[in-house]
Amino acid sequence: MTGKAAAPRRKGARRSLVRALPAAPAVVLLVLFLAGPIGYCAYIAFTDLQLTGQAHASFVGFDNFRAAFKDEAFLNAVWLTLVFTVLSSLVGQNTLGLALASLMQRASKPMRTLVGGIVITAWVLPEVVAGFLLYAFFRREGTLNAILDGLHLPSQNWLFTLPILAVSFANVWRGTAFSMLVYSAALNEIPKEITEAAEVDGAGGWRRMWHITLPMIRRSIGTNLMLNTLQTLSVFGLIWVMTRGGPGNRSQTLPLFMYEQAFQKSMIGYGTAVALLLLVVGSLFSLVYMRLLRTEV
Amino acid sequence: MPRTPASRRTAHRLAADAGLLVVAAAFALPLAWVVLSSLDAHAGLEVKVPDGLTLDNFDAVLKPDITFTPLLNSLILCGGATLLTVACAALAAYPLSRFRSRLNRPFLLTILFATSLPITAVMVPVYALFVQVNLIDTLQGTIFFFAASQLPFAIWLMKNFMDGVPKELEEAAWTDGASSFQSLIRVVLPLMGPGVAVVTVFAFVMMWGNFFVPFMLLLTPDQMPASVSINDFFGNRGTVVYGQLAAFSVIYSTPVILLYVLVARRLGGGFALGGAVKG
Repeated sequence: MTGKAAAPRRKGARRSLVRALPAAPAVVLLVLFLAGPIGYCAYIAFTDLQLTGQAHASFVGFDNFRAAFKDEAFLNAVWLTLVFTVLSSLVGQNTLGLALASLMQRASKPMRTLVGGIVITAWVLPEVVAGFLLYAFFRREGTLNAILDGLHLPSQNWLFTLPILAVSFANVWRGTAFSMLVYSAALNEIPKEITEAAEVDGAGGWRRMWHITLPMIRRSIGTNLMLNTLQTLSVFGLIWVMTRGGPGNRSQTLPLFMYEQAFQKSMIGYGTAVALLLLVVGSLFSLVYMRLLRTEV
Repeated sequence: MPRTPASRRTAHRLAADAGLLVVAAAFALPLAWVVLSSLDAHAGLEVKVPDGLTLDNFDAVLKPDITFTPLLNSLILCGGATLLTVACAALAAYPLSRFRSRLNRPFLLTILFATSLPITAVMVPVYALFVQVNLIDTLQGTIFFFAASQLPFAIWLMKNFMDGVPKELEEAAWTDGASSFQSLIRVVLPLMGPGVAVVTVFAFVMMWGNFFVPFMLLLTPDQMPASVSINDFFGNRGTVVYGQLAAFSVIYSTPVILLYVLVARRLGGGFALGGAVKG
């Protein structure tokens, strides 16, 4: 009895194993080069591993994390990461992306093509090139100051006086295209009749936006916010090129802090603890993002 | 006098056009800098129209050690990793799309989860791991990591495109005696050509522009791709020839912009979003 039932099951198991075989190369790559390092990260974050002059790393428990939360430079990096993320992703990319998408709904076709082309080019450019372009834009001798001088407004060395603001603007410049595309797609799916009916009922632009458009695209807003935030959490090259995290550490977000601790100060264990915290925060955002998408899978 | 709907719509359009023009101008300034400076013999940091156009900057950078070697390195690195990504993603997407299994859902959820992890955070342990297994400063190690980091999103996209190919066509091939592998290669992939193109271009563009991965995993200057070697313009000498930096930036950025235009034209607007951000 049991044998009869087990045989087809075993056969079925073997069949699904054979069928799953094509996934093997991908799974091997993912396990060795992605899951492996993440697991290793979770291990060395609890050790005092250093780059040089050390035979064995020893297990130090939560010391790295305790040290981090007492370290002013770390707390500074957390604060700057928060400022950078809120300013550039939550406020900048998200709002500007929505504004551009809704303006494009009403604008003429040539204008749509022009704006879309320019904004998307900024997005497609390699990270380092984008960094250089905005470095040139914000430097003392740069374009922004030339314009301010022309308007008789006070100019300043932006990368020195307001570095975190400058890199946040850079991230808005580079990342807004994504939100713009997401929101354009979402707005195109709103049936015309609904907005027209509201217009006939006398709802003005802002009220239509607040009471009709925003509620209808709220799922797009949620997923877009999550993805923007995750993207922004891991920005390294852009800030590295523009300010190296400086002056001092006034634009040193967590990825740059992690790099400095692990490589410039050779404290791999400590740097990895920071990386692990970043991964945990990222995972939380990722889980929220999956909740928002849950009907998809 | 009450305004007619038509005139109001025209007014709205003009207002929208004006608003967009302002934003477009602000976004265009940094782009204008790189284009104008690359053609200017006396380029500085601000946007200005050159006195006379010159190709001297391009002449100066179009040399093996400045441009050709880094671009070739980029091509080997990103090309190799893209091939690996696309091949593995196509194979992995096949059973996910064609067969029902209890493992599909957990696998897809894990993939979706991994899609949005901050890869930057993984780089320190990857470095430490690569030192231990002697993969540091090797092209193949960097290619493997690049491919692994792109795979989750590539599998996700590939599976969504593959779902769009009707199963009946493949069943016909099966009755003719084709194996699943043959039907994947001969029937499914050709039918989802645009989808494969999107995954390929997307993976390539992402890696071509990536700075942090080769910056961490490669040490030898001769092996550096353009994303890292561009830093040499800010060398130790203290002075930067901005015109040449701009010329190099233009050369380095052109391939990805062309690739984007190529694929975007064919598939309309936000191709990279296909399936990933459906709200």
